[in-house]
Amino acid sequence: MDRKNLKACVAGLLAMASLTILSTPAVADEQFIPLLAYRTGSFAPLGIPWADGKMDYLKLVNARGGVNGVKITYEECETAYATDRGVECYERLKGHAPTGASAYDPQSTGITFAVSDKAPGDKEPIMTVGYGLSQSTDGSVFPWNFPLLGTYWTAADIMIQDIAKKEGGVDKLKGKKIALVYHDSPYGKEPIPLLQALSKKDGFELLLYPVPAPGVEQKSTWLQIRQAKPNYVLLWSAGIMTPTALREAQASGYPRDKMYGIWWAGSEGDVKDLGAVAKGYNVITIANSVAKDKVHDELKAKVYDKGEGADTAGNTVGTLAHTRGMIISMLTVEAIRTAQEKFGKGKSLTPEQVRWGLEHLNLTQDRLNEIGFGEIMRPVKTSCTNHTGDDWARIVTWDGGKFQLTSDWYRSDKSVVEPLVKEAAAKYAKDKNITPVKCED
Amino acid sequence: MFYRENGQFKTTYRSDQQIFPIRQDRIFISLLLIVAFVAVPLLASDYFLKAILIPFLILALAAIGLNILVGYCGQISLGTGAFMAVGAYAAWNVGVRMPAVPLVAQILIGGCFATVVGVIFGIPSLRIRGLYLAVATLAAQFFVDWAFLRIPFFTNHSSSGSVSVPALSILGVSLQTAGAKYLFVLCFVVVFALLAKNLVRSAIGREWMAIRDMDVAASVIGIRPMYAKLSAFAVSSFIVGVAGALWGFLHLGSWEPLAFDLNRSFQLLFMVIIGGLGSIVGSFYGAAFIVLVPVLLNHIPSWFGIPIAVDTATHIEQMIFGALIVFFLIAEPHGLARLWSIGKEKLRIWPFPH
Repeated sequence: MDRKNLKACVAGLLAMASLTILSTPAVADEQFIPLLAYRTGSFAPLGIPWADGKMDYLKLVNARGGVNGVKITYEECETAYATDRGVECYERLKGHAPTGASAYDPQSTGITFAVSDKAPGDKEPIMTVGYGLSQSTDGSVFPWNFPLLGTYWTAADIMIQDIAKKEGGVDKLKGKKIALVYHDSPYGKEPIPLLQALSKKDGFELLLYPVPAPGVEQKSTWLQIRQAKPNYVLLWSAGIMTPTALREAQASGYPRDKMYGIWWAGSEGDVKDLGAVAKGYNVITIANSVAKDKVHDELKAKVYDKGEGADTAGNTVGTLAHTRGMIISMLTVEAIRTAQEKFGKGKSLTPEQVRWGLEHLNLTQDRLNEIGFGEIMRPVKTSCTNHTGDDWARIVTWDGGKFQLTSDWYRSDKSVVEPLVKEAAAKYAKDKNITPVKCED
Repeated sequence: MFYRENGQFKTTYRSDQQIFPIRQDRIFISLLLIVAFVAVPLLASDYFLKAILIPFLILALAAIGLNILVGYCGQISLGTGAFMAVGAYAAWNVGVRMPAVPLVAQILIGGCFATVVGVIFGIPSLRIRGLYLAVATLAAQFFVDWAFLRIPFFTNHSSSGSVSVPALSILGVSLQTAGAKYLFVLCFVVVFALLAKNLVRSAIGREWMAIRDMDVAASVIGIRPMYAKLSAFAVSSFIVGVAGALWGFLHLGSWEPLAFDLNRSFQLLFMVIIGGLGSIVGSFYGAAFIVLVPVLLNHIPSWFGIPIAVDTATHIEQMIFGALIVFFLIAEPHGLARLWSIGKEKLRIWPFPH
């Protein structure tokens, strides 16, 4: 402990205090949304279009006149996919003027785990559209977490459903081998409990192949796959790991049309450079994020034609990753709108009020058509017991040039996923000494 | 003029050997402690405490641990992240499996496990030196990463492989607010810094330094290299393990092995080198530099209202940060601690330099 240290502390303290006062005048009718993003680091190829999509939709909402006149303000914070930087971002944006951060989309499983611990104390909703802790669907144990539109468990279940359909029925899965090639991190491990439950139920053999981060070294994995000859390969990868896996599959002669990627491993950016190498590669989409809808035209007319788009290169709009980002922002904005109906239209809301909106989200088909997401999504309704809403998803297939829809709508099998959610949530509540809230519905 | 020891006569050995022989230093340190313990928790914002001061203090503690090994005993280690991870996971396992154990004991037990692992991976230091030893400790890093990812026992069979701590409390007082967490961490850091300072001034500290300066000569004058080296590994990894437990419990709350990866080891080594090898105070400077400068650089554009994209800001931040490291190492290879002591010498004869 020493003098210089103190000076730095005090100076930093004063500077920060004075600057926060100067830089954030209190304006009443604004609503702040924090944007955690990773535009640098090894996951940047995934993070950039995602972040652009989130920001673009908020720009579009402001161009439409805000939420009942309330202007959306936002600030990006770079996490580089690192948990400690993510926590710093969370703390930095938490108390942002005028009423705090509406809801966080941490964009990383690790950051989600870390901020989920802090959220109940800070009264901050955490939205994890298509990722995060799968058991956080249970809103009675996880009042502040919202894994909207699907989790890794619903995704894994839907992939197996599609495989069963291709094989000609669930009973045909018996004796088949299905491999999971996953990023060796909480993200990649998340689907394992569900796949194990399914393998017990349907009688297929589950093979697990962890790939150490960041996933550029997969030679040995694919040699093992070549020996084991699984009937299907599920790919839980992200960033650079996806194209590497596809190339290795080609090198070891594994058919790409037997491969299923999770949504984060399935955007144009992952396969475009591979072209025909990735032909046949199947990907699950959140809702129907491959669709082009009215919202894209509106975005072009109201944001990009004015030169205000987030994507300066202008080639990711309409890709799966970008559309997913827009869906996430749309859900945030709709939650704010829902909450405004209860707490006062045209007012800034606290994060706690936004949480109410997230829990009472009811997006009907009419509403989705109105905001231009009619083709992209099916209606979603959340409740206290179900923080995911509806987990509709589809499978798309890369044809060498673009993704083609190759399946109808699927939703997860409640009889498989729900018992696991209940069990894992109860264990979490016990470990953390949480008393579940009583749900009225 | 004001900072000089004229008239401060030392009449006992005790007063001659105290940590801060100059009265002004003692007054200053007392003031600093009062500010740190009283003023900061009262005045600082939640963000400042949680996102800046707590990580700074914990990493400073880890840097002290590493400094004992690298700076005082001369054994280069790239396994610091691994020893932090051992501390964190061991403390967590104790908490989960034996909930009756109080929090402070959990953290200290975490440190003990890190000590054991540290000593085991320190054994090669008896035979190899320098870069070769660095590579051997790198093995600790990879082994520990692997163990916590793949052995389900260590994560209590958590399906995702990530662990998360329950609500913390000490003697019935809940550690939920930023202020409480900060004070808890601060107590640990102050106590361990004092212990470390006294250790390196004692006989064992002098043994470490003798080994660092020339191990053959040291063994000729009767210092046992095995004892000195392994004790340095033990003390160092204990402190690092405690820091790891604090990092997991107080800062992150929930973590995966990625939180203690090789980058963390490098970061700590940079802290020690930039702060000053063989200086306890330097560990604080190094931690401050590595923790605060990136955050500061990240804030600068928004303070001045410059509209700059976050990715550009991050890239600029990394460039400036890299340039600053190079600059400091050229301007003062002995680290920020040496700059500080030069400053102090100059201050003593100010305003009449020779």
